[in-house]
Amino acid sequence: MSKIPLIIESEYKSRVQKKSFIIMTILSPILLVLICCIPIFIEVFNTPDMRNVTVVDQTGLYRNVFENTDEYTFTYLDTPASTEQMREDAEPYAYIVITGNLLDNPSDMAIYSHKQTTTGFEAHVRNCMEEYLREQKLASFDIPNLQEIIDESNIKLNITSIRFDEEGDTQTSADFATFVGMASTLIIYIFLFMYGGMVMTSVMQEKTNRIVEVMVSSVKPFDLMLGKIISVGLVGLTQIAIWVLLIFGLMVGVGAIVGIPLLTSESASIAQSLNTAGAMATTPAVNPEMAEIMQTLSGINFTQIIISLVLYFIGGYILYASLFAAIGSAVDNDSDTNQFMVPVTIIILFAFYVGIFSAENPDGGMAWWCSMIPFTSPIVMMVRIPFGVGLWEIILSLVILYGSAIGMTWVAGRIYRVGILMYGKKVSYKELFKWIKYKA
Amino acid sequence: MYYLEANNIVKQYASHKALDDVTVHVPENCIYGLLGPNGAGKTTLIRIINHITGPDSGEVFINGRLSVPSDVDNIGYLPEERGLYKKMKVGEQLMYLARLKGLSRIDAQTRIRQWLQKFEITDWEKKKVEELSKGMQQKIQFIATVIHRPRLLIFDEPFSGFDPVNANLLKNEILELRKEGATIIFSTHNMSSVEEICDEITLINRSHAVLQGKIGEIRESHKKHLFKIAFTQGTPPADTDLYNVVDTIGETTAIVRKRDKSVTNNELISALMQQCELTMFEEILPSMNEIFIDTVGENNNPDMLS
Repeated sequence: MSKIPLIIESEYKSRVQKKSFIIMTILSPILLVLICCIPIFIEVFNTPDMRNVTVVDQTGLYRNVFENTDEYTFTYLDTPASTEQMREDAEPYAYIVITGNLLDNPSDMAIYSHKQTTTGFEAHVRNCMEEYLREQKLASFDIPNLQEIIDESNIKLNITSIRFDEEGDTQTSADFATFVGMASTLIIYIFLFMYGGMVMTSVMQEKTNRIVEVMVSSVKPFDLMLGKIISVGLVGLTQIAIWVLLIFGLMVGVGAIVGIPLLTSESASIAQSLNTAGAMATTPAVNPEMAEIMQTLSGINFTQIIISLVLYFIGGYILYASLFAAIGSAVDNDSDTNQFMVPVTIIILFAFYVGIFSAENPDGGMAWWCSMIPFTSPIVMMVRIPFGVGLWEIILSLVILYGSAIGMTWVAGRIYRVGILMYGKKVSYKELFKWIKYKA
Repeated sequence: MYYLEANNIVKQYASHKALDDVTVHVPENCIYGLLGPNGAGKTTLIRIINHITGPDSGEVFINGRLSVPSDVDNIGYLPEERGLYKKMKVGEQLMYLARLKGLSRIDAQTRIRQWLQKFEITDWEKKKVEELSKGMQQKIQFIATVIHRPRLLIFDEPFSGFDPVNANLLKNEILELRKEGATIIFSTHNMSSVEEICDEITLINRSHAVLQGKIGEIRESHKKHLFKIAFTQGTPPADTDLYNVVDTIGETTAIVRKRDKSVTNNELISALMQQCELTMFEEILPSMNEIFIDTVGENNNPDMLS
């Protein structure tokens, strides 16, 4: 009977029951949601003071130019006030003093205050006045319907991009494809590092604890390694699942409490429309903007992206986790890991950057080759997929990835079985190759 | 009938030969000492028996048939370097290790209870391993080694780290296990414990088995024909053709050596009797410690592999 299930069970349990795991799993989404919500909270709870501003308009031309806002109330004073008078009277937040016709002389306006005024206040004053002056200026040209002419000349383009597709042409959005690709890449990148690192630490702990000799007298080293890789992978999937559920739940919950429909109504309708995305060409949406978003969403093949994400995640994880397990078995302490970690880090970082640039040029040579090379393909291919990649390319890349993952597990197993029992030796690359060739 | 036979084992590491044509035969139900200086190759041999590594050539037979990997379920191994999962609770840990040896959950649970009761440590079951002292951890590890009632037990330096009371407890447990029918291989540097409990030994030095056999026979064959004698005061014996006096201790005790081993002890006694009034006559057999040092030699440079 294989002992791998037993190893997976025990490793999984002990990892999931760890305090650090529970705290990380629960706190991270809460923190994330909190960070997202801070601006909303600030807006909700930060009711500003009412500030009085006195406008001393010596020309009498600019009455009611300044609009009252939540923050500022403007009162107008026709009689000129001396600087001393203004200095004495500390009640108003600021004085706006206009001494001449601003169309002729734009510098005839000044702001006096006891405290430094905010940039927001200055911007508001400037906007109101400039807008008013612009209208005045236009009116002074005395051309009929000038305002309409100007409005009409402001043309806003709305570009529709349509991708030729086997199932029919679909409307797409380059921005959205980039976003989806980047998000998937980032997820894979972070998790490869996180859980790969977890495998490495765990292998190193077993080695330095010396428990490993007892373990390998009961199970084959390869089984032990594989059990560990699988259990950490399952822990990772568990954590992701909890995170997704928690983040979604919290968003809805917080949204409801704060009274802002963050996800509540929209997410429901999005979810609904996604279900019928294929058939949806002309949905009677609530508003045209919503319809556009819906159309873009339906242009992305979500089933393909999610399946690819899972497949590339698993393949990439097995590949890198084996590599990390081999490294963990070969070294005695943290400081020795560097010589092996540096190349791995460079490869993953390289893949990450290629991924980012592939969003610009998803069909370039670099992007194509890196989406075939197993060490970079999980990261790079996920950027390319939302832009549309031939099925044969994905299959080829997956075959290469899984082939190499299995190969890497085999190689890692050979290194692992020698490494875990080797103490007090700084290992070189040459030595690692020798270990691979050792007879079992 | 040998329970374990390791025949002509050769194991070559990159830079050196760990074992060179080593043959060890362990009779059933005996306590077998595996002796040797650090780096001699004892641990490598033990690992080969445990299927942790494989030999380059040579074969291991267990109970008369070629050993296969599943035989490890019938072996209990206590490595020299002890280790447990520090964050796991004692009960969980024992359960995990027992189940890896093929026990069912229910069997493992009853046996864990029994052993914890036997050592009077039932209240440790829910404690984490890291909360226990080193000696306590050793006990847990001992339980983990024997919980599946293996027919072959391999102890690598079992007494290191135990206080005298617990070492004695452990020794009695090992003798108890032998009574129940287990065959025990015992690797150690502690020669007095070897004399005390081992039936047979193999001494491995520099990858070779240099000395093998029953303890009594080995000591007999290594004797230097020395005798400790005591006599009444005032008549110290002088050298004769049959013996010479090596050392005189005080006024009534001396150590003499037979000049020729063909001389019988009775002849020696009568020769001595002519010179003095004997009150004691005893042959000095070399201790295992002396034999070890003589065989291994002083200038043995230990290797890196432990």
